[in-house]
Amino acid sequence: MTDFSLAAKVVKRGLVISTLGLIGLAGVFVLALGFTPVEARQGLAQKIFYLHVPAAWSALLAFSLVGITSCLYLWLKDPRLDRFAAASAEVGVVFAAVMLTTGPIWAKPIWGTWWTWDARLTLTLFVFFLFLGYLALRAAVHDAAERARFSAVVGILGMLLVPFVHLSVYLFRTLHPQPIVLKPSAPSLPTSMLTTLLVSTLVFTLLYLGFVTTRYGLTLAEEVREDARNAD
Amino acid sequence: MPDAIRLALAIAGKDIRAELRSRTALQSALVFAALVLVVFNFARDPTSLAAVDLAPSVLWVTFALAAMVALNRAFTVERENSAMDALLLAPVPREALFAGKLLANLAFVGTVELVTLPLFVLFFNVSLGHALPGLIGITVLATIGFVAVGTIFSAMAVRTRFAELMLPVLLLPFMVPPLIAAVQVTSRLLANRPLSEMWGWLRLLALYDVVFVTLCMMAFTAVVDE
Repeated sequence: MTDFSLAAKVVKRGLVISTLGLIGLAGVFVLALGFTPVEARQGLAQKIFYLHVPAAWSALLAFSLVGITSCLYLWLKDPRLDRFAAASAEVGVVFAAVMLTTGPIWAKPIWGTWWTWDARLTLTLFVFFLFLGYLALRAAVHDAAERARFSAVVGILGMLLVPFVHLSVYLFRTLHPQPIVLKPSAPSLPTSMLTTLLVSTLVFTLLYLGFVTTRYGLTLAEEVREDARNAD
Repeated sequence: MPDAIRLALAIAGKDIRAELRSRTALQSALVFAALVLVVFNFARDPTSLAAVDLAPSVLWVTFALAAMVALNRAFTVERENSAMDALLLAPVPREALFAGKLLANLAFVGTVELVTLPLFVLFFNVSLGHALPGLIGITVLATIGFVAVGTIFSAMAVRTRFAELMLPVLLLPFMVPPLIAAVQVTSRLLANRPLSEMWGWLRLLALYDVVFVTLCMMAFTAVVDE
């Protein structure tokens, strides 16, 4: 019972943080639409920048923490690390999906195409697939300890794969230069834009923390229920 | 360390002997590879795209798919009669066990590649000639890397539901760097480009092999030991 109330407490805390994050997100919309100037060359399409970049940041944060906690798990064998890695991977996939959908929405009017095999795009796409595989693996292993060990190994291998994918797509692109410069060079931002971006990044970090905490608490509750069922 | 090498070779030898006696997996992998090549031939418009332009990608996608089929076999054979438990009970260091499995898989995938290559030359009308030694070299270099990752993943996949599906889902992202590098080097080899143009890719492949063979060997114990 104490375990279950602990799980409930964690979930509640996660929901409070998530709610704060969602209120903050509404604030980011207000800031982005009302407070920042319309970008001269890109027009209104540029507004998506305030969601896209922070989402990318949160996804990066999530996946890096999966890699780090995976290493620590194989060393310390603490189930909390595994639970955290699972929660972080799941939330990371959601943020990566936000990044991968807002990107093309912006790219269509600005680059003239939904998708291009640019180094950064390709890299994020593969990292996204990698973590979908990670989650698929978690769903397919029944034994909890085995699931933790397997996913930790995939987490560590995945962390090391990222530089290789980056290097190979980078080599690929530099050997075949694109006719247009795909990366829009951002001149120094006006203060209002920078502030909005920073606020949004903060809000997305808060959302990440809220989602991960909630997910962590839910996994804990599931485990408690599972243990109780096995004990009967 | 000669003891560990001897043990690894013994395990690899066991796998290869078992496969040579039944030949079922090898035969199906070979037929599969040949079929992929044939299907690819119909996937292009011959009037707009010359076979040779598509050849490097076709070759490597075929190798990758055939390797996937072959790798699924590596630990499914150990599942029958709980042979895996017996292997784990044997006084063999896990590193040697992994090395043995890796060697057997390399022999297996290598055989499939060796048979696929002449078929590829035949179907796609590629003149290999002087590119052959280079092509064999790049094939060895690229295959070691993704077979190492594939070996550890197939040990995991066999313990999951949908094992046959789990392996490709996990392995394909890891095949991306070696495949990109191999395709780039192959197309340069076929076009007779100088070595300096391939150097970056070769170094990337060598680094990938070193990093992932070492890492998978170290991580293997976490996969098989409870």
